[in-house]
Amino acid sequence: MSERNTTTILLTSRSIKALLIVVLAVLMSQSPNTAIAQVAGEYKTVTVADPYLEMHTGPGRGYPVFHVVDRDDSIEIIMRRTDWFQVRAPDGSEGWVDRAQMERTLQTTGSEIVFAEANQEDFTNSRWELGVLAGDFGGSNIISLYGGYSINPNVSVEVWGSQILGNFSNGWMGSVNLTHEVWPDWRVSPFFTLGTGVIHTEPKSTIIQGEDRTDQVAHAGAGFRVYASRRFILRAEYKSYVVFTSRDDNEEVEEWKVGFAFFF
Amino acid sequence: MESWFRLLFLERVSLRAVKLTLFIPLFAFGISGCAATKNLFGFGEEETPPPAEIPEGQVIEPEVERREIREPEIDSEDFEIGAFAGIMSIEDFGSDLVYGVRLAYHVTEGFFVEGSVGQSEGGLTSFEILSGGAQLLSVSERTLTYYNLNVGYNVLPGEGFVGEGRAFNTALYISAGLGSTSFAGDNRFTVNFGAGYRFLLNDSIALHVDFRDHLFDIDLLGEEKTAHNLEGTLGVTWFF
Repeated sequence: MSERNTTTILLTSRSIKALLIVVLAVLMSQSPNTAIAQVAGEYKTVTVADPYLEMHTGPGRGYPVFHVVDRDDSIEIIMRRTDWFQVRAPDGSEGWVDRAQMERTLQTTGSEIVFAEANQEDFTNSRWELGVLAGDFGGSNIISLYGGYSINPNVSVEVWGSQILGNFSNGWMGSVNLTHEVWPDWRVSPFFTLGTGVIHTEPKSTIIQGEDRTDQVAHAGAGFRVYASRRFILRAEYKSYVVFTSRDDNEEVEEWKVGFAFFF
Repeated sequence: MESWFRLLFLERVSLRAVKLTLFIPLFAFGISGCAATKNLFGFGEEETPPPAEIPEGQVIEPEVERREIREPEIDSEDFEIGAFAGIMSIEDFGSDLVYGVRLAYHVTEGFFVEGSVGQSEGGLTSFEILSGGAQLLSVSERTLTYYNLNVGYNVLPGEGFVGEGRAFNTALYISAGLGSTSFAGDNRFTVNFGAGYRFLLNDSIALHVDFRDHLFDIDLLGEEKTAHNLEGTLGVTWFF
């Protein structure tokens, strides 16, 4: 079922834009806290339990301490950036406090507060995952973006979008696959995957007088997800593709990729 | 669109393949489910355990209503979105205005990941100017569009002082990554690296100065070579 497709550069740049919009939409919807409006004056309040609490001028280790809040004083938490919290002291001065010190503050009820850092348990049990991988697809370069949803700790569904950039042809591939992790609680967690999708190839006009093709693909593969730290995952995988061409024989393509991902 | 439909539903050989590829994952899923038949989907509500017996001697069960602070209630601003504009020099094709958008996610105080899309326009090569009328590329082929996905690191975070009484948080960062550039009738695998300076006007708005080299292979002027395309931009971003 090869179809002649008059794909132009304009269309390609439009599809790049479309891809970006999708990525932005996904990322924005994943920011879990933007939806909750922070009304002025309704910040969460905690009480300092350490002898004192150090406020830095910026959200980083190197920024100097410019203000100290004494024990039993209340501070308001304005916002969080990575592992730093912007707080307001009773005298109105605002500064940044690291997570370790914030952990040693008390809530209004007197109970300790927990600012959980993502850990390996979250790596096993998280539901959403978003990542980028790059590598080799049958001799061509491939860049892939994927989003995954875990049905249970072992099984997840993934949607992939890839761009293939080769010497003789370029193309796009979209696929859906199921992955099965045998030991999801391991730090280096092996997985198997099976899926199907569609590949679109455009031969480079300067080299080959070919026509654009859209074919169905099926793939099987295996790889590793490695918990790096916080929300970071490193991922390496091998997939073997069968392209169901309209010609008599099917094409087989091998793919190797490495990359990183986050879980939410 | 029609061919999609035919591919998926009408072509018999493909249909068999689709069935097969659907069946195998389902089978695998079925097997994994067997281990936890009581709670197949893992995330569902667990069976409630029988209530713990009150230990002897404890007369009153404490019923303290706690107003816990849950993390999501604290506004976390780790994403940065913005636009940039500047000059991009396309090797052999002169320099022109470049503009685009950028989205970054700050993973730690040091590391961040970012994606950008940008567009510029290639001019005439010296060959085209000297030869008089010969055109190597059509107008639409001269439009350069790129996207990239980078990993960055804040090498030198610090403060910038304006006058005596004002201090602004800043960071010198480096970043590198992969992407694709659509130029001269082709999508080209592109590697980019660069450095930039982030100047935070307040806690949410930042100014950027960014210098970057985009490398891709091109064989338009005879032999294949790696083109260096330097880009210098100014940008504004917003943390959310």
